[in-house]
Amino acid sequence: MEILLLIFLPLAGAIIVSLFGKHQQAKTAAFIWSLLSLGFTGYLLDGFDPAAGTQFTVDFPWLLSLGSRFNAGIDGISMLLVLLTNALVPLIILASFSHNYKSPGAFYGLILFMQSGLLLVFTALDAFLFYVGWEIALIPIYFICAIWGGSNRIKVNIKFFIYTFAGSLIMLLGIIYMAQQTPDKTFDLLGFYQLSLSTSEQSWVFLAFFMAFAIKMPIFPFHTWQPDTYTESPTAGTMLLSGIMLKMGTYGAIRWLIPVAPLGFAQWGQTALTLAVIGIVYASLIAFTQKDIKRLVAYSSIAHVGLIAAGIFVWNLQGLQGAMIQMLNHGLNVFGLFFVLDIIIRRLGTRDMDKMGGIAKMAPKFSITFLIILLGTVALPLTNGFIGEFLLLMGLYNYNIWASAIAGLTIILGAVYMLRMYQRIMFGPSADNTLTFADIAGTEKVVLFVVCALILFIGVYPKPLLAISETSTRELIDFVNGKIAGGSPTNY
Amino acid sequence: MSVLITISLLAILVLYLGLFKAKKALLPVSILGLLGALSLSFYEWGSYAQPIYNGMMLFDNFAAAFSGITILSTLLIFLLSKDYFERISSNIAEYYTVILFSLAGIIVMVSYHNLTMLFIGIEIMSVSLYILAGIKKRDFASNEAALKYFLMGAFSTGFLLFGIALLYGASGSFDLLEIRNYILSAPQEVSPLFYGGILLLIVGLCFKVGAAPFHFWAPDVYEGSPSLITAYMSTVVKTAGFAAFLRLFLFCFSPLSEFWSPVLVTLAALSLLIGNITAVYQQHFKRMLAYSSISHVGYMLFAVISLNGSSDTSIFVYAAAYSIASIMAFAALILLQRQVGTDSFDSFNGLARKNPFLALTLTVAMLSLAGIPLTAGFIGKFMMFTSALSTYHTYLVLFAVLNAAIGIFYYFRVIVAMYFKEADRHELIVSPYYRLVLGLSAAATILLGVYPELISRLI
Repeated sequence: MEILLLIFLPLAGAIIVSLFGKHQQAKTAAFIWSLLSLGFTGYLLDGFDPAAGTQFTVDFPWLLSLGSRFNAGIDGISMLLVLLTNALVPLIILASFSHNYKSPGAFYGLILFMQSGLLLVFTALDAFLFYVGWEIALIPIYFICAIWGGSNRIKVNIKFFIYTFAGSLIMLLGIIYMAQQTPDKTFDLLGFYQLSLSTSEQSWVFLAFFMAFAIKMPIFPFHTWQPDTYTESPTAGTMLLSGIMLKMGTYGAIRWLIPVAPLGFAQWGQTALTLAVIGIVYASLIAFTQKDIKRLVAYSSIAHVGLIAAGIFVWNLQGLQGAMIQMLNHGLNVFGLFFVLDIIIRRLGTRDMDKMGGIAKMAPKFSITFLIILLGTVALPLTNGFIGEFLLLMGLYNYNIWASAIAGLTIILGAVYMLRMYQRIMFGPSADNTLTFADIAGTEKVVLFVVCALILFIGVYPKPLLAISETSTRELIDFVNGKIAGGSPTNY
Repeated sequence: MSVLITISLLAILVLYLGLFKAKKALLPVSILGLLGALSLSFYEWGSYAQPIYNGMMLFDNFAAAFSGITILSTLLIFLLSKDYFERISSNIAEYYTVILFSLAGIIVMVSYHNLTMLFIGIEIMSVSLYILAGIKKRDFASNEAALKYFLMGAFSTGFLLFGIALLYGASGSFDLLEIRNYILSAPQEVSPLFYGGILLLIVGLCFKVGAAPFHFWAPDVYEGSPSLITAYMSTVVKTAGFAAFLRLFLFCFSPLSEFWSPVLVTLAALSLLIGNITAVYQQHFKRMLAYSSISHVGYMLFAVISLNGSSDTSIFVYAAAYSIASIMAFAALILLQRQVGTDSFDSFNGLARKNPFLALTLTVAMLSLAGIPLTAGFIGKFMMFTSALSTYHTYLVLFAVLNAAIGIFYYFRVIVAMYFKEADRHELIVSPYYRLVLGLSAAATILLGVYPELISRLI
């Protein structure tokens, strides 16, 4: 029953918050409500046993004539993402406090509605339910970005929507195909795991799922929607997209793509890995040439996600554990970065870094928090990014030394373009508009301090987070390797 | 069977009411009568049915369910007709009567057990529609629509009749059971006449449901007819056409599926492609709905292509979802045409600000037509994909999936215009009847999207 509460709590909040209509108190209500979700996640975390597999399961008939049950639960892998979602949403809401969006009731209602969809994706153990959550998360973000976004928002967002929708429909094809192959035509995840389809069938199913996840992450060459959408969205929308939503893709790869079609993975995994590694270098190089700071971070996000994806596709313990913790870290860091950029853009009214400079002396607190977030992003030791990227690169190294060498460029290139951006914005001579740059205050201070504290804390003591997912990832890896090696389904 | 009798008597009663100038009573009487017929079809549901009238009709669960959804859609359309017909003609009693007569024909179409009854049902429905399409006597487009529809419809009836004649020539009977036994007794020795008959029947029925390449009449007729009649044609008539289609193929022709299924696969793929691509290029909402209805025919053909135990349920759910969503769309269209005078996509600009309720319900309708989860349209599409994949038409489904993604583009144009574009405009006046229809339909769309079990076990 806990899961039901977890999933539907934000939905109830969405309805309540939307009743606020045009009153700006909607943001306070949404924030309080999202804290409820966070508190409840804390309660779940307290009762969570990392060694006990899937917990808090809820399973009752839903659409029996279609073969779907409302079957959801949390294991270590889901737990981390539930934690990420429910921790980031309050921060995102708090970070948007300085904006006065028109129709705030609808705006914050949609954010909470999306939270429900995301939680459904991260906990669903039934493919139909997973698909429903997958689409439910998409509708609100489309409206958020297209109503409250920048001047080019309509064209950009319809591209984004059609792109991702096409990907998910192809995944739906794969899901229905798998369900048709199960003995009693159900969408149960474990039923999918038990199937032993032929290599060619699995390879098609793999490609069908891969399309959806590759577009969502996004992996090169399916990334073309991403920079435009990130740039044109309102900041809260960008944070939701980059902080949480793209993890749907990486999570999907871990939970659905590889274990459901292990032989397909054996066949296509290397291609996927190659694409991910190409994406890392490609996006880093493009990020290097960007003048628009929001676009720069958008491209850097492609690079970082490429590394996470690569860690998943090598499919060993270090890689996968690195991917798990890095999903959390990337969510936190990219949220922090976009918030910092939002502060700059709001005060200066431009996204062009050539028109900035000398902010550091005007706003010391701001420059220190910015620096910490930046160092977390470029994976300096003692920050959270280091743990994740170290594990990921170790996983890649164990798989193939060249892959790890090329992917390792991300750290160097990332440091180059990130520090260059920092230098251009914060140091040098002041531009006209930066002379009056006010230091952070109020909610900005709270948000940035929380983010910096988390970055340092995870960087120094990541063990509790790693421990949450370790058993689950280990079991999943053994299960898939068993299926690739033996072919006969073992019990999972 | 009492449903058919009720509706026929109701039509005559309404005609007499018109004769005695009881204009105020027309709508209430029609609605009460339809409610009665609806409850009768519920009442007949679940009874163990045998062919009646010497095997002419069979009022089984299939017939009861499809009667129910067609009557319900007609009811919604009647609710929208308050003050509508008065504006375009003085003979409003004829409207109600002719629509009710065509509904009687539709009830025959969903419950026939003999090919003659199929033909009679289709003709009763079609002749009424020819009149309805042209009922704006002084309107050029309406006349054109009626003439086009009549000529094309008469042509397709010819195909249908010829097909039935060939089937009779081969099997020696019009009775569905006898025809079925003829196939089953010697599946390998079915006469070539019979195959010819099947092909001609497919042509005739595809004309009626508007599948490509027999769709050329549809956009002009849909555009020229009064919008409410268009709503009726593209929902109720289409549903009935598919019920007739499915009944025949499910009951009689299923053993010969290897012969006709490639034909229908081609027709389905063509309908999807032509309907979708042309809909993308439309600048007017009504024409967009007309072309997109062709693509919906493509999806619905999936259930006929892959006949199995759940085909009837799939068509039923899809038709219900599609009808409800279309009626919402047409309700918005009528309001817009009446008060703004045009139905181009630009005329929707800024609607969300002035008419939040109308915009929200229309959004639900568009999401349902586009097949987004939590709406009934998604469940319908899902069932269609499932049935097509169960017979391994993987490429067809892949093609359909890409078309569904294209569909987003034109369905979302309305949403984009309403929510994301600004314009100076007046608030549209939405009468209580329209509010009722829009609200009920939107609620039903979401309810069926979340819990389709409510209707998926009716058949």
